[in-house]
Amino acid sequence: MSPRRTETGGRIDRLRTIRFTFDGAPYTGHAGDTLASALLANGVTLFGRSFKYHRPRGLLSAGVEEPNALVTVLRGEVREPNIAATMVEIYDGLVAVSQNRFPSLAWDVNAVNQLGGKILAAGFYYKTFMGPVFGPLKGTRFWMFCEHFIRRAAGLGKAGIAADTSRYERMNAFCDVLVVGSGPAGLSAAKAAADQGARVIMTELEPRFGGSANWSGETIDGAPAADWAARTVTQLEGHDTVRLLPRTTAWGYYDGNTIAALERVTDHKETPGKGEPRHRYWAIRAKTVVLATGSFERPLVFPGNDRPGVMLAHAGERYANDYGVLPGDRIALFTNNDSAYRSALALKKAGAAIVAIVDVRPELSAEMRSLATEAEAEIVSGHAVVATEGGKALSGLKVQRFDMNSGTLSGDARSIHANCLLMSGGWSPTIHLASQAGARAEWNADRQAFLPPKPTQQQWIGAGAFNGSFSTVEAITEGRAAGLSAAGATGAPAAVPDVEATPGNPDPAPVFEIKAKGKSFVDFQHDVTAEDVRLAHREGFVSVEHLKRYTTLGMATDQGKNSNVPGLAIMAEALGKPIPEVGTTRFRPPYSAVSIGSLAAERFGDLKPERLTPMHDWHLANGATMYSAGLWFRPMIYGLAGETIEQAYVREARATRESAGIVDVSTLGKIAVQGPDAGEFLDRVYTNMFSTLAVGKARYGLMLREDGLAFDDGTTWRLGEQDFLMTTTTANTGKVMQHLEYFLDVIWPELKVTVTSVTDEWAGAAIGGPKARAILAACVTGTAVDNTALPFMGIVRGQIAGVPVMICRLSFSGEMAFEVYSGAGYGTHVWEALVEAGKPFGLVTYGLEALGTMRIEKGHVTGAEIDGRTTARDLHLDWMLSKKKPFIGSAMMDREGLIAPERLQLVGLVSLDNRPLNGGAHIVEELDAANPHDSIGHITACCYSPALGKHIALALVEGGKARHGTRAFVSDPLRKRFGPVEIVSNHFYDPDGSRMHG
Amino acid sequence: MLITCPYCGPRDVIEFTYQGDGNRERPQPASQDLDAWNAYVYDRLNPAGDHNEIWQHSGGCRTHLRMVRNTVTHEISSTGFARGDHNAAARHKAGGKS
Amino acid sequence: MAEYSALSLLTNALRGNKDWKPAWRKPDPKASYDVIIIGGGGHGLSTAYYLAKEHGITNVAVLEKGWLGSGNVGRNTTAVRSNYLLPSNTRFYEHSMKMWENLSHDLNYNVMFSQRGCLNLAHTPGQFDDLARRGNAMRHLGVDAELMSTAEIARLVPALDMSASARFPIVGGLMQPRAGTARHDAVAWGYARGADRRGVDIVENCEVTGFLRDGDRIIGVQTTRGEIRAKKVAVAVAGSTGRVMQLAGVDRMPIESHVLQAFVTESLKPFIDTVLTFGMGHFYMSQSDKGGLVYGGDIDGYNSYAQRGNLPIVDEVMSEMLALFPGLARVRMLRSWGGVCDMSMDGSPIITTGPLPGMYLNCGWCYGGFKATPASGWCFAYTIAKDEPHAFNAPFTLDRFYRGMVIDDKGQGATPRLH
Repeated sequence: MSPRRTETGGRIDRLRTIRFTFDGAPYTGHAGDTLASALLANGVTLFGRSFKYHRPRGLLSAGVEEPNALVTVLRGEVREPNIAATMVEIYDGLVAVSQNRFPSLAWDVNAVNQLGGKILAAGFYYKTFMGPVFGPLKGTRFWMFCEHFIRRAAGLGKAGIAADTSRYERMNAFCDVLVVGSGPAGLSAAKAAADQGARVIMTELEPRFGGSANWSGETIDGAPAADWAARTVTQLEGHDTVRLLPRTTAWGYYDGNTIAALERVTDHKETPGKGEPRHRYWAIRAKTVVLATGSFERPLVFPGNDRPGVMLAHAGERYANDYGVLPGDRIALFTNNDSAYRSALALKKAGAAIVAIVDVRPELSAEMRSLATEAEAEIVSGHAVVATEGGKALSGLKVQRFDMNSGTLSGDARSIHANCLLMSGGWSPTIHLASQAGARAEWNADRQAFLPPKPTQQQWIGAGAFNGSFSTVEAITEGRAAGLSAAGATGAPAAVPDVEATPGNPDPAPVFEIKAKGKSFVDFQHDVTAEDVRLAHREGFVSVEHLKRYTTLGMATDQGKNSNVPGLAIMAEALGKPIPEVGTTRFRPPYSAVSIGSLAAERFGDLKPERLTPMHDWHLANGATMYSAGLWFRPMIYGLAGETIEQAYVREARATRESAGIVDVSTLGKIAVQGPDAGEFLDRVYTNMFSTLAVGKARYGLMLREDGLAFDDGTTWRLGEQDFLMTTTTANTGKVMQHLEYFLDVIWPELKVTVTSVTDEWAGAAIGGPKARAILAACVTGTAVDNTALPFMGIVRGQIAGVPVMICRLSFSGEMAFEVYSGAGYGTHVWEALVEAGKPFGLVTYGLEALGTMRIEKGHVTGAEIDGRTTARDLHLDWMLSKKKPFIGSAMMDREGLIAPERLQLVGLVSLDNRPLNGGAHIVEELDAANPHDSIGHITACCYSPALGKHIALALVEGGKARHGTRAFVSDPLRKRFGPVEIVSNHFYDPDGSRMHG
Repeated sequence: MLITCPYCGPRDVIEFTYQGDGNRERPQPASQDLDAWNAYVYDRLNPAGDHNEIWQHSGGCRTHLRMVRNTVTHEISSTGFARGDHNAAARHKAGGKS
Repeated sequence: MAEYSALSLLTNALRGNKDWKPAWRKPDPKASYDVIIIGGGGHGLSTAYYLAKEHGITNVAVLEKGWLGSGNVGRNTTAVRSNYLLPSNTRFYEHSMKMWENLSHDLNYNVMFSQRGCLNLAHTPGQFDDLARRGNAMRHLGVDAELMSTAEIARLVPALDMSASARFPIVGGLMQPRAGTARHDAVAWGYARGADRRGVDIVENCEVTGFLRDGDRIIGVQTTRGEIRAKKVAVAVAGSTGRVMQLAGVDRMPIESHVLQAFVTESLKPFIDTVLTFGMGHFYMSQSDKGGLVYGGDIDGYNSYAQRGNLPIVDEVMSEMLALFPGLARVRMLRSWGGVCDMSMDGSPIITTGPLPGMYLNCGWCYGGFKATPASGWCFAYTIAKDEPHAFNAPFTLDRFYRGMVIDDKGQGATPRLH
């Protein structure tokens, strides 16, 4: 038997023993235990170290708000840091380790920080570490030196580098009523709504439904409340329209009444079931949300309130009733309200000795007195705890007479021997989700708590402790009403069950802090003391947000669940203002921390789709090295054994210019532009004319943006009177489509045109070179491909290997070239036929590198030059700007800034030192490698040109056109490449186009 | 945010692309009034409150919507097709001057 | 002895920390000032500080509608860098960078500027060349920049997925070693304290509800704390620019207000020692001194003043994070928040006289405003004091859009959601 395990009681399965380790030591617990309850049962009192002072810390709570007992859970190499031990369900083989300590939890060298005492008060780092203003440590050096050590001391757990191999999934769900929380209020709401036939989802962040019913010790309709809860759950399970989600935290309230929730599906299992994800992320769109999220008990602020063994009162009660564990065997309580008396009685019944109930209130009700008598506890009323004793576990406390109205202490301190101190500072409704939904909390003086106001933007109804209605009867009543209302029913609720509860009024006396000598903690994890709050006040950080940011109060992993209200109360007192005038911070998602894996869900390991052309497999099978371009994969080279990339593309380009080459151009954007006004529309969209284009011909077109800058280029083919096929650059496909749709839908709805994306419908192969026509002639049937049938920019239809194809004679490479389009499903078939037909002619396949090389030689522009900052003139495409008609961008393109002579203009560069040029290198008039300056432009693309036998580049250079024939230098300090170049026209190769015109 | 597409019904915001201030008036294509063009391209109403906006159901039917949405609460008070005249009322409601 | 120093910490601690003075006074506004600055954020406060320090103009009020620093200076992801492509931007942000390097000393307030570098990743050779172009542009303006190989990146950030089989394999990166992060709130507080000590009135909870005019000229403001007159009225309200300018009768501006979300994880032991950006999406991350990973991505993509974000962007940002760091799937996001960004039509800011007589305007910071704080205030103060821009902010006019002189680092045109 573990030292602190009770003989009976608790909702654990005592027949099932579970083995786990903590910091390497083996322990056992029972099914139903959390790591916290199991370790507590084993007599463990020390669970963690605080953030700043590395003070020893035990359990504060039994739930999601735990600030102290954070552990790292290990699954092999995969680490999960910063998990509250109170939320870890133990399983066989669980490996958990403590955090933020060196060398061990018991002996932590950084605990020396405690000696820093008052020097390390709130905000101290803003006032020092600045270092000298001169010498080697001036500037930021001294700070960075100090920061190095601060960083190592800070931080909690350690994140993993090994990839998590777990699966995460996302679920979209829709319901009439989402009930958040499954305590008496939530269960009643879900039941009422479900009975009305509503589609209901109920989430519960703990493993078991029932909330406080599981451990309150109350009876409902004569049976233990836990049984009532279990029965209600069974009834809910009988409804087809109800979905119950345990271990599910509703963490975010988003627009459109969307609740984000995290279901921890298999964290409690040694091995996940088949197909089970680790976490499931729910996006739940509810017509109405019922918030039945309960409340948190607040700590009291007094010296030594962080000693291991000092715990929230209800947590002690829960450990006894839920887990069959006593947090101590000599227990004292310290309270400002009645609820601790119930806790005292529960622990007495579970077998602990209750040595004293210290109550700040001088007068107590007869009911409380009789509860104390029943618990055999001495009542020490009108007193307060002023100190605690012990090291890594509590050994006793000191109390002193306390005047609630003045806050003063008097008389001699009296010692009480106890190994556990349970405290209750009143209750704060869990209003986080309502706050996220835009509602501003309102202070209620009776409850001494912030209550949710009426909903504003979103559709929610509150019930139970969330509303500040702390009794079970109220919870059930409000829950039922909320469920009925959410389901749209109007009938009177059924009779409320008979609840037998321990008497008591949870409204606390307005006492938050006991001012006595010693450190009194407000934010436990971040070591923010009451004195820190007062220091913030003294320095003017009095707005609640300034308080938070200056002291880090409320910024720890519990996000202020424990510290928010006590911190505000201390500030309010310092200001001499009521608490509501100090304000409250707005809660932001998430309610409690959520795994990043769950948020990525299926996109973890699959960020973006892969777009593959129809010939993709052929490329792989034929030696292509693929290049990832946006979402697409395209062949970069088809390297031969032993070839470098440069050798491969030079061979491919040279062979293309000497005989023929073929390249996959399926990725080009393709948009069908159809309808009676298609020609007119294209005239408006392109800078040049398309309405005059003959059927069966193609034309190169340029588009501008509204602001007059170049947008995209490509050829558009007129397939019929009302039928155009537009091609766009690969990268801009989506943008061009959206651009066309916008104008048709919003600006020119009178035009009878439809646009359809057909990128994926067509496979495209471009075949170019002196032998290209002969190769086509060898395999195309149904049409001639000679100069008459297929002139430059002509289009014919025919067949290749029995498959219909469309062929347009156009050239990107500068050679006589053809683009052959076939249905995407036939892409590989046609490709293979072309490759086969080309064999006798020396046809090579080429990739992006050779494509780029030939386009540079030819001086064609791509996205590197049409970069959203260049104009048609900059790119020497002004010949395409029609003067006969307005077009998108025509009114704006001649503004002063866009025609300035010093603008960057497209030029060609030839390396004069015969060394390769680099993309992204800059151009200068005067070389200064040591201190590069006065860039006049940059290289947009470069290659070794097999046609010219030189290293060449395209570049954008200030006033570039006027510099043709002059010398300049490439200046690439990043890669230490400097050297002379000649600035030339961008048309390096066959400038009059005789080769492609044939 | 749920947006009601006039074709497809209520859909999540992830299916939509924002196309900006719906109060902008494009000058006639042949207009040489550069100030009007500049205002159309660069100037936006940017109210804190109801705003008349154009959105595209880009992840669905790809139609353009004109809608009135509150930029503080994100509540959408009207949606309709961007093409056609029935948006004049919406435009007026959101305080657009054009 | 400097007011704040290790020695003053010690002597104050010995006196029980009872003698610390408020970091800034809480004065009631006077009836008139030489200069009123609307907006008690980073830029407004630094403007006040430099008006006093550089130009001797101390009869200044900073009016803040809520608590000081409640806008984007307290909501950003704290990156400081000057790694821009276009010279106008690079010069301005490098001026800012140089001011950052001495800011803690200048303010006698530790703003914790930590020069841990900023690494932009490239995922294709083409992207690598684009980064080289940018890095070389920086180097030609005297700004530090280095290319990094995959081996160097793997050493610097061991948690990155450097595998060739990654969806977007990392092929290299551009590092600006002098870039880094600073403690955002400290910047606001340090400037507030510095301005206050030089006589500037910082008036919190004072919302401007209208402008006082004499014909076209702005001669003061109406506020929730009464009318205040001034010879010059400067507007530095970032995301609220649309709202405030509307009060002055300027309905239309080249600005849209958008929400940008930011996220932080629970505290972790040192995990990443630089600011890192993804090249195949929009994602950036650094680690705070407390140990939280601080990160963000794209703006939500539509006009909003809500200071809260949407769910699709949350999913997108986390997905991109895991594409780079698959070990972080089990780390947890602790807090998210939203800031309202004043997105301009070219992604670059506006610091100018006008647009009305007696008015001065500072806006258009998109999501780059934090790192600009020193230079923005410095240039704005110059512009207010001299009635003309300094060379550093001369390109950042309001009429540059009309004149076709946009400064479009991303090349996206007048589509604010894409900058």
